[in-house]
Amino acid sequence: MTDVPEFASTSLASAFPETPPGRRADGVWRGAWRRFRRDRTGTWAMAVVLAYALLLACTGSGLLARHWQDEVAVPDAPPAFLGAAGDTGIAPQASVAASAAGPDISDVDPLAPRYREWNERAARDHAQAKPLTATLPFGGDRLGRDVLAKTLKGTQISVSVGVLAAIVATLIGASLGAIAGFFGGRVGDVVEWLYNVLTAVPEILLFFAFAAVFGRGISTLVLIMGLTGWTSQYRQVRAEFIKHARRDYVRAAEAIGASAGARMFRHILPNVSHVILVRMSLLVVGFVKAEVILSYLSLGVATDQVSWGTMLAESQSELILGHWWQLAAATVAMAVFVTAFSLMADAWRDALDPKLRGQT
Amino acid sequence: MTASPLLKVEDLHVAFRLLDARGRSHRVEAVGRGEQGVSFEVPANTTVALVGESGSGKSVSAMALVQLLPRNAECSGRVLWDGHDLLSAPRAHMQRLRGREIACVFQDPVSSLNPVLSVGQQIAEPLRKHLDMTRAAARRRAADLLAEVGIAEPGRRLDAYPHQLSGGQQQRVMIAMALACEPQLLIADEPTTALDVTIQRQILELLARLQRQRGLAMLYISHDLGAVGEIAQQIVVMRQGTVRERGSVRELFEHPRDAYTKALLACRPRLDERPRRLTVIDDVLSEPAREPAAPVRNVDLDLAPRRADDDDPVVLQVDGLGKSFWLRSGLVKRVEFKAVQDVRFTLRRGHTLGVVGESGSGKTTMGLTLLRLNDGASGPLAGRVLFHGHDLLALAPADRLAMRRRIQFVFQNPYESLNPRFTIGQTLVEPMTIHGIGIDMPVRERRAREWLQRVGLDADAMHKYPHEFSGGQRQRIAIARSLTLSPDVLVLDEAVGALDVSVQAQVLNLLKDLQDELGLAYIFISHDLAVVRFMADDVMVMKDGRVVEHRRTEALLAHPQAEYTRRLIGAVAHRPATTTPR
Repeated sequence: MTDVPEFASTSLASAFPETPPGRRADGVWRGAWRRFRRDRTGTWAMAVVLAYALLLACTGSGLLARHWQDEVAVPDAPPAFLGAAGDTGIAPQASVAASAAGPDISDVDPLAPRYREWNERAARDHAQAKPLTATLPFGGDRLGRDVLAKTLKGTQISVSVGVLAAIVATLIGASLGAIAGFFGGRVGDVVEWLYNVLTAVPEILLFFAFAAVFGRGISTLVLIMGLTGWTSQYRQVRAEFIKHARRDYVRAAEAIGASAGARMFRHILPNVSHVILVRMSLLVVGFVKAEVILSYLSLGVATDQVSWGTMLAESQSELILGHWWQLAAATVAMAVFVTAFSLMADAWRDALDPKLRGQT
Repeated sequence: MTASPLLKVEDLHVAFRLLDARGRSHRVEAVGRGEQGVSFEVPANTTVALVGESGSGKSVSAMALVQLLPRNAECSGRVLWDGHDLLSAPRAHMQRLRGREIACVFQDPVSSLNPVLSVGQQIAEPLRKHLDMTRAAARRRAADLLAEVGIAEPGRRLDAYPHQLSGGQQQRVMIAMALACEPQLLIADEPTTALDVTIQRQILELLARLQRQRGLAMLYISHDLGAVGEIAQQIVVMRQGTVRERGSVRELFEHPRDAYTKALLACRPRLDERPRRLTVIDDVLSEPAREPAAPVRNVDLDLAPRRADDDDPVVLQVDGLGKSFWLRSGLVKRVEFKAVQDVRFTLRRGHTLGVVGESGSGKTTMGLTLLRLNDGASGPLAGRVLFHGHDLLALAPADRLAMRRRIQFVFQNPYESLNPRFTIGQTLVEPMTIHGIGIDMPVRERRAREWLQRVGLDADAMHKYPHEFSGGQRQRIAIARSLTLSPDVLVLDEAVGALDVSVQAQVLNLLKDLQDELGLAYIFISHDLAVVRFMADDVMVMKDGRVVEHRRTEALLAHPQAEYTRRLIGAVAHRPATTTPR
């Protein structure tokens, strides 16, 4: 982990290609990046988030946890560091071998001559199946699946749902906010009504309603959360646009003939982009948690998929039997991600806020 | 006057610890340079003016006296008050002292008053805190104080909130608060800068009267050397963190020893004469000029006022221009507020029309309306604006873009009018891209560079961001941006209002040069009659959205017809003693 800051710096520099080649620019992003790096907590949090991103890439491309659905261990196999459970009550391999060498009963059983052949075939089949292990690095679930692999796969689904939903919500919220804030008047009123109606309905009810209409699945989740979660982004972007639309530099742009679109997107947007970015990162955290709740309520991902939420839902019944590892794995993965992401967002807000610039 | 001064500042240094771009901490000297610190004294019952440009360290010095600097400031030296060194005094001691013995009045009363507390509560606070007065006694005292600072109906005003008072009244309240505990020293940090001209005059007179009546010592901070002559007995001139000259007002005005003081006195436009150009600090000081010097000028020509030729072609004819705003009253009703009514004038090529008035007189709205920069839905327009035969107010939006190119606007505050996320190059090229001037980007960038040089900036400014420039430089950039479109008319809305006196002179000279070179017509909106006199051929005085008087500049200043004009002229600070006695 010692080389993490360098890794972080290169990947961020490519994420914000703010400086065109051949130009000397002391740009907003570069300055923010300098201030960000001074925040040690923020830098470490970002390293953790980037590690998650790497994990996402690995599981997404199938490098990791591709066979998470395979039955690799005995049901509810405990973690390796706890040791195998005393008596699993199963001795699967012995009985088949015993029956292969029985007494000759071809007189009474016309099929008896073929037993041998069948036994051989059966023996071949067994040779292909992997033996089930008694323990796994972080235990197994009720179906003998590896909890670690499940967690990795679940992380992929949960995080990508959170990030995609945050992007959808930001697109909706930021564009509506920009329109309402910039134009105001009738246009602003209409958008404001939409906002008021949407926020008047409890969020969980909206989730239920959308889930009932769209059915289950990742794309549905993204859509649901994007369509219900844009309100906070909208509110903030609208406020910023109202403030900036009256500032002299925007009026100066109007005086030189810049169109409304140019003023909104070329002039104001870069000046409020830090607000949008930070709000979006907060949305990611919120949506990751919302996905967990929805999947727990079985409104989330499909049954053949795994997410932190479905893992938590499963672990409810396991916990009674004392099988705590699935709960622990999902909780730790989620807690670390959410904490790191929040800390990173905090550090970014401080680094990007022009009012804090130049202070110690 | 007592033998020992009330306040004695000896060898004061203030430095700020700042982080540079790479995150390394470094010190920036704000007051004092190297070994040389700032020393001055404030005797009892005397007003001492601390004068200098922004960045000269005058405000920082004053705030260091009462330890009101931000945390990253490091002070050294001695500030002797009543035998004690204030710089080493404990916090509790300073807290007792502030407000009780030394009080402050700041530049902007709007941000200095707490908007959620009534005026009475705010004046009563120091009384109850420092003097242990009862609620009722503090209230009575607050009413007396309001009466003393000249607020009508003080009893009723006690319950008013800051937003219910005008700017001048708010500043009076601030002064009343400062005087509440009868301090011995009043520090006034540019107390009139944020106010209208006529109000500025009243506040200045109020401070002078209070100082006399109460035998106060006052430290008056200002950037305008000409204006402090009336109120101060002694002047300390500061530049770049050091004291350039110290002396009595008479000495300083009649025999300024320091070249910088001379320059400050000379660069201010005056009502009683109209030079061809204003003297600029760099002309007087021998040190290397930071900005490219203007071309060598003929001295005789400089003194001759430019002839405004009445035969020049008319570029802009405005007839009965009006602009109203809808004000909401209740849920559905709306009331028409006439911000500008019946404005008419003719502007010729190469001429300047000065528009003078206090804030709220509609002068800025008039300027914006010419360009239709006001929101169309905000209220109806009236009249005609004929520009090369086209009525700008009747044009379709598509045609308006082409016309807008020919009339450009320069905003008051250069810190606000440039997009902070655009490089100067982007800012200058954008208008040309919108209007399709120049064939491709390289051509446009070359033109942008030419304009930068024309307004006196280096071409390498192209890749910098606005925050890397000073106020004067930013205003030059804003002017360059307007000029990239080769306009015929430039509307300058208080274009030098936010700048220091010395920088004002540079920008005004630049505007004059550009006008001569390019034959631009200016509409010069300002509250400062002296500046308008320097710039304008005709002056239009506005009040409450109407034109009060409109004549040739000389005629208007020599024989003002309207009562309001006379008041405006009277409000301009007169120098008590000049080299040529009045």
